[in-house]
Amino acid sequence: MVLWGAVVLAAAGSVFLYQRQPARQIETVEAFQPEFALTDADGNIRQSEEFRGRYQLVFFGFTNCPDVCPTTLSEVAQVMDDLGPDAAKVQPVFISIDPERDRQMGLDEFTAAFHPSIIGLAGDDVATRAAADSFKIFFEREEDPAAPDGYSMSHSPALYLIGPHGDWLRQYTYGTPASEILADLKSRL
Amino acid sequence: MRNIFLGSLAMVLFASAAQACETAALGDLAIGDAWSRATIGATRPAVFYVAITNAGAQDDALTGITTPAAAMAMLHETVVKDGVASMPHAMRVQVPAGQTTELAPGGYHGMLMQLASALNEGDSFPVTLTFEKAGEVTVNVDVLSLRSEGPTCDDAS
Ligand SMILES: [Cu+2]
Repeated sequence: MVLWGAVVLAAAGSVFLYQRQPARQIETVEAFQPEFALTDADGNIRQSEEFRGRYQLVFFGFTNCPDVCPTTLSEVAQVMDDLGPDAAKVQPVFISIDPERDRQMGLDEFTAAFHPSIIGLAGDDVATRAAADSFKIFFEREEDPAAPDGYSMSHSPALYLIGPHGDWLRQYTYGTPASEILADLKSRL
Repeated sequence: MRNIFLGSLAMVLFASAAQACETAALGDLAIGDAWSRATIGATRPAVFYVAITNAGAQDDALTGITTPAAAMAMLHETVVKDGVASMPHAMRVQVPAGQTTELAPGGYHGMLMQLASALNEGDSFPVTLTFEKAGEVTVNVDVLSLRSEGPTCDDAS
């Protein structure tokens, strides 16, 4: 469900122009339930409903991103290690916003390198855009001749917490230390 | 350009059991805490972080990096604006007098594209930094685990 903004498919068919939503406003929106149906590395469609009963830590990114993405995934990995037995109550999910290239490069080996519990998802363009809309997050392809394959991706770098009933609970802004995420999670589990 | 070295990367990579985090000096500049993260294969770009202390009275700027480990190395800046992260090319990174300037996660970084081979934890490789005024200096970069979030120096940084 598109709650805000307008999607304009550019003539080239590959560039999306999208209205930007400041993160501060996202913090104050009313409760909603983000939904996704995206393909995992084995080709199976994974849907948000399947994770009911557990908390989800959801992060959007792309595997060609050497600075922002490893930082957040490392924090998620640290949180999962530190949760100990409670880790079974939390499912980390990495959603690719550069799905075609990430599928080619190997999504599983990327997420597994950080933590075996992380599920990597890379759907088609329509399903990816729908998932991002549902989380009310932004991503955009930016043409850049100097970047690998001639483009880079800009995206919302925050980590999103979804509750056991599927409700969006909060975001941890980029750079939130693993210890803070852990303390917040433990207070909820 | 250092393309001549591209075919022989193995010669410049060597395992270093202890990360000494050596510091290189170039005039009033001290360059240290150079580190990178291990990569998964050689197809995705790697990253380069470093700390530059300018003890002099004159501002300088880092204008470029080269390394035999990657055919294309650029300076990038991660920018988070209105809740959206991107990493535009940085033409130069200011190195003001009397300050330590860091290339660190979430800010400036060296983007190492077209790797000659995968970077493995424990490897090290040289990066040559070019400064507007001070000229060039080469530092050894320690490859840390993929999950590292900062340099790990034996002598404490
Ligand atoms: Cu970059």
